[in-house]
Amino acid sequence: MNSPVAAVIQDSRVATALLRVENLNAWYAESRVLHGISFDVREGEVLTLIGRNGAGKTTTLRSIMGVVRKRTGSIRLGQEELIGKRTYEIARAGIAYCPEERAIFSSLSVSENLLLPPVLRSGGMSDEELFKAFPNLRVRAASQGTKLSGGEQQMLAIARILRTGSRLLLLDEPSEGLAPVVVKEIGELILRLKQQGFTIVLVEQNLRFAKKVADRHVVVENGKVADVLTAADLESGMDRVQSYLGV
Amino acid sequence: MFENITSQLLFGQVLLGLINGSFYAMLSMGLAIIFGLMNVVNFAHGAQYMLGAFVAWLLLTFLGVPYWGALVIAPIAVALLGMLMERLLLRRLQNLDHLYGLLATYAVSLIVEGLIRQRYGSTGIPYDNPMPGGMNLGFMFLPYYRVWVVMFSLFTCIGTWLLIEHTKLGAYLRAANENPNIVEAFGINVPKMVTLTYGFGVGLAALSGVLAAPIYQVSPSMGSNVMIVVFAVVVIGGMGSIVGAMATGYMLGIVEGLTKVLYPEAASVVIFLFMIFALFMRPSGIFSGRSEGAR
Repeated sequence: MNSPVAAVIQDSRVATALLRVENLNAWYAESRVLHGISFDVREGEVLTLIGRNGAGKTTTLRSIMGVVRKRTGSIRLGQEELIGKRTYEIARAGIAYCPEERAIFSSLSVSENLLLPPVLRSGGMSDEELFKAFPNLRVRAASQGTKLSGGEQQMLAIARILRTGSRLLLLDEPSEGLAPVVVKEIGELILRLKQQGFTIVLVEQNLRFAKKVADRHVVVENGKVADVLTAADLESGMDRVQSYLGV
Repeated sequence: MFENITSQLLFGQVLLGLINGSFYAMLSMGLAIIFGLMNVVNFAHGAQYMLGAFVAWLLLTFLGVPYWGALVIAPIAVALLGMLMERLLLRRLQNLDHLYGLLATYAVSLIVEGLIRQRYGSTGIPYDNPMPGGMNLGFMFLPYYRVWVVMFSLFTCIGTWLLIEHTKLGAYLRAANENPNIVEAFGINVPKMVTLTYGFGVGLAALSGVLAAPIYQVSPSMGSNVMIVVFAVVVIGGMGSIVGAMATGYMLGIVEGLTKVLYPEAASVVIFLFMIFALFMRPSGIFSGRSEGAR
């Protein structure tokens, strides 16, 4: 790592890292869940966090977002340190978050849900673009948000964070509990977002899904990063990954 | 049994019921808004209502500010005090059991009432009616000020309801009632929203207090008297349900008034009978529905 070439490679890596997570520790009450997680996310890539249930993937996203308040280490978005910030400040810095439970509001209509997040910066999708990209949501605009099917709710949950203008999206298990045909649609949506230049961090349990959409995979185990794999690594080393996931 | 009831008596009590109902509705709506967002049962609500009336009286007595000025200034002043209280006290309790918020606000109400009693005594102070007179409808005499109170409170309640159900600001509030973390993750300053919402609820209480000043006497205990009923209203309507609080407030005011005519002995307990009945039939409140189920 001390050779000049390695230094240059490392520098260029630093330059393109949009988000750097370093030595991230997090606690729920007194119990420690993350034990020094470090990884970085390059601009424009789709990165998955994979690992077993309870490994700390969701907690990692929640800690980045500041929803888990008790955390130490460093989370840098570009040049900005986020570790001491509150959730709304982190969102305003340019990170959008779609939680595992989707959090569609039942007291809001579909269109109210979709249009709830405020526009924080330019570059987000306009209301018209959103309805065009998600025609179902226009049809169901006046329905109660939670009356949508699971797949439609997931689409809504992703769609509504696209209007804020944040270019970094944290998506927690968007494929969970959905029919294969819907999972495929979500996969296509993620690839389309990537083409549009969004950077995406995805928590996934569904390895086949992760393989299709992601450039790199961070394997999380017991609150630590156990391995980082490229898409090619994953292709050739399925056995290694299966052993991490214990499936 | 009812043949000696005159229309004068009947309509008089219905009007009185409507007046009381206006106060129940405005007060329980403020409680419901605060509870919905903060999960705090605001036991200081009665003291804040009383403060509204007292500030109006102080403004009139010492600064010569008339009723109409007080109607604007007093709610803002009391709301500011409320926001200070949220920042200094309630915010520190937000991650603890709801009981702490309830006890803290109760303590505040005892302290405020005690201080006012210490300074101004416990006897009621009259506040001059800003709209004297009334009209004779033939079957009853209708004082102008009471018409004003009913109209104004109805206007305030409907306005608040529209604000919450049909504006963007209201959508933030409804969403934050369900999941404040996610609303904050959208980039909305939820802590500030909590402070302002508490201020709004407190302001509603103080506004009711100003409205009440010319009807009831201004006294330190005026808040605790009415709050016992208001809490029953909130329990019946469903904690956190805005429409429930409003509708139940007016309904029970009228029921109370009618009971005074039909069976005066039961007038002071009829609301609590309703409460017991509601607790048996629908423990989460008769208007609870989507907002309760979502929590």
